Amino acid sequence: MNRLMLNKLILALSTASAVIGIGFLLWILTTLVVKGISSTHLSTFTHDLVDGGIRNLIVGQFTMALLATIIAVPLGLMAGIYLREYSQSPKLSATLRNLSDVMMSAPSIVIGVFVYALFVDPFGGYNGWAGSIALAIMMVPIIIGTTDNMLALVPQELREAGIALGGSKHKIILQIVLRAAKVGITTGILLSFARIIGETAPLLFTSANNQFFTMDMSGQFPSLTVSIYNLATYPDAASQDLAWAASFILTVIVLIINLGGRYLTRHKH
Amino acid sequence: MGGKLFRNVSFLSATLSFFILLGIFVILFHYAQDAMHTFGWDFLRIDQWEPGEDDEGGMFGGVIPIVGTLLTTLIAMVIAVPLSMGIAIFLTEIAHKNLVKPVGVAIELLAAIPSIIYGMWGLFYFAPIIQHTFGGNGVGLLTAGIVLAIMIIPFMAAITRDAMNTTPPVLKESAYAMGATTFDVVKDVVMPYAKGGIIGSIILALGRALGETMAVAFLIGSVLKFPSKITDPTTSIPVLLANNFSEAQDLELSSMYLLALLLFVVSFIIISLAKFYFLGRSAK
Amino acid sequence: MSTQPLSQFETTKETTEETTKQKDVMRVESLTYTYPGAPKPSLHAIDLPIRRNKITALIGPSGCGKSTLLRAMNRIHDLYPGNHYEGRILLATPEGREMEDILEIKKENDLIRLRQRVGMIFQKPTPFPMTIFENVAYGLKLSGMKNKSDIEERVVTALQGSAIWKETKDRLHESAMGLSGGQQQRLCIARAVALKPEVLLFDEPTSALDPISTGAIEELIAELKKEVSIAIVTHNMQQASRLSDYTAFMYIGDLIEYNKTSKIFLNPDQKLTEDYITGRFG
Repeated sequence: MNRLMLNKLILALSTASAVIGIGFLLWILTTLVVKGISSTHLSTFTHDLVDGGIRNLIVGQFTMALLATIIAVPLGLMAGIYLREYSQSPKLSATLRNLSDVMMSAPSIVIGVFVYALFVDPFGGYNGWAGSIALAIMMVPIIIGTTDNMLALVPQELREAGIALGGSKHKIILQIVLRAAKVGITTGILLSFARIIGETAPLLFTSANNQFFTMDMSGQFPSLTVSIYNLATYPDAASQDLAWAASFILTVIVLIINLGGRYLTRHKH
Repeated sequence: MGGKLFRNVSFLSATLSFFILLGIFVILFHYAQDAMHTFGWDFLRIDQWEPGEDDEGGMFGGVIPIVGTLLTTLIAMVIAVPLSMGIAIFLTEIAHKNLVKPVGVAIELLAAIPSIIYGMWGLFYFAPIIQHTFGGNGVGLLTAGIVLAIMIIPFMAAITRDAMNTTPPVLKESAYAMGATTFDVVKDVVMPYAKGGIIGSIILALGRALGETMAVAFLIGSVLKFPSKITDPTTSIPVLLANNFSEAQDLELSSMYLLALLLFVVSFIIISLAKFYFLGRSAK
Repeated sequence: MSTQPLSQFETTKETTEETTKQKDVMRVESLTYTYPGAPKPSLHAIDLPIRRNKITALIGPSGCGKSTLLRAMNRIHDLYPGNHYEGRILLATPEGREMEDILEIKKENDLIRLRQRVGMIFQKPTPFPMTIFENVAYGLKLSGMKNKSDIEERVVTALQGSAIWKETKDRLHESAMGLSGGQQQRLCIARAVALKPEVLLFDEPTSALDPISTGAIEELIAELKKEVSIAIVTHNMQQASRLSDYTAFMYIGDLIEYNKTSKIFLNPDQKLTEDYITGRFG
């Protein structure tokens, strides 16, 4: 019977798609683990790029991502709070939400170009601050989105109960509503951190890269991802091995933060 | 005390997205002036990227990277759309419930892997397979398109799955109760019900593919030439920016800004379309 | 809790079948049903006949298993793998002389045919995201009907038979989502009726509707029994007494009492039934 055959065919193709998807995940992860572990040594973590290690790169990447988080989280939180708690005009909040989503999907290389024009060119060269700002611009809309969605899950009664006790609106938001949404928002922050720490394109011509260990953010700043891009395209095996080691460690970091964030929400709900 | 200030600060933060988007447009537009005045609309036709003598003047046109961007995106979408739909159907209608969670999480993790990893894996492990199967020298349109597809599939599949999951189970049951097969239910009930979300996910993935830099940078070959066959190397806007922006000066730099502006405007339009028309999330 | 042998059941299996149609269009026999992964069965050895061209109501407090039983009768439970049936559910063949056990059905094709013979109406109206016409034509197309004018005729007849023709005849090609809740539910009935099923299962069809729409649906169901045999789950006792010819009272997975509706409501045999009918619990 024709209709049944078609059904079987489509179901088989759908299952095959899932198998293909999982297959690629396993392929990529296996490659990473095999190449990564064989290229990673203790000295990889204790030396800087100039000596064939990635210590300064990990520190640099984390520094920029953390600074970006420090900039982006308050801004994103406040924006999310406005959208969910204050906005009186559904039209305005819908527009602002959509614009924030559009910003989230803006090409990361374009954000790099934008930050270059504002924070690199006028200040005489690549610097770590610019890298952090570029990452923060990528992070803000993600934080806005999660805050907005998580606040929406807080029951209205909670706010009303707070008001009924005579609390002022901003105190209730800060002391009750945000606390009720804490876990979800934390997860959102972790996921967005995992997202930006793996970014390359916005850093290429903002922080650029540095072979040496430095905490001076006013100059070229070490970046793990930019280094991977450079190292992988060098022809010598030692550079490529180091690129694999760096990729492996980056992926482990990203996946651990990701799973950690997911675990947090599962634990609570 | 403090309430009003808090409210105002939150309002300013909420308008930040608007000002950043506006700022990006204004800045790129400003720095692209030079190239716009020099080339005008010809920028979309010129197929050269040649600095002049002593870095004075030169001939810069965007047509090759524009075509390269469109072609890689096209290849990626042709592969990614059916596979993503398949995965979403598998996750919502076929998979045993013990499988839904782990496979779903695996797909989402695949979406979390940084794009540079896809690029590097593609360069060392996937490009040789393409070279072996289709000829060419490994890097080129096809390789870049396929790896780009692998990269956007998890993203597209996850959003499509979420959209399909909003179909009320009783609606599906009532189709089954009339003797529909699973495919009938997907085709006639789930797809029409989740139409907005599905189209939205496709457009968002399209925007992502257009603007993707790192996965493509490793694999497209970065050659300023029109491809004559699908395995040929060429370049795309993000890749040209990634590789040449930092060394460019004067008119070339301005042309780079113009390319960035084009990319920004096109993805802005595409993403706005997805958001405003198909993914009405304002009521959420 | 165990039930007494239900003396009023005609357990005569072989006596009348040669000459006339079976009196029962469906007969559940010692059905025990367990949900996927559940440690204990949700239905215990249920026996229940569905009389031809009569309305049989299933009543009982929430969680008593009435919907579970109904959903076994078209095996819609099988959408979720891992469940377990014991016993038999017999369905009269279209000619009506013999009965076949629908729990024996294995092939998907036969399950599909079963669901076209035993239709189902759900608690909430479930119009598909299509036009009114396409909604009613959908099942016909699934059953393999191709001829356009045949389909059109059946759709019109079904809409007329479901008392929704007047409201829809000028907007057949508009989305079904634009109808009111009560109209949507009558459309869903038309959609099921169009397939000319032998049995229609109603799972609390009016619980999401206002009193006026409820009245219209009840009228329609009473009219429909001329054509089709009906089982209806309801938690509304007035509805059961107004509408049904036979009533089965269920409690925590057991069938406590089955009889003519008048008997159940006026003079039930079981204390538990009486307590429920009189509103002492539930």
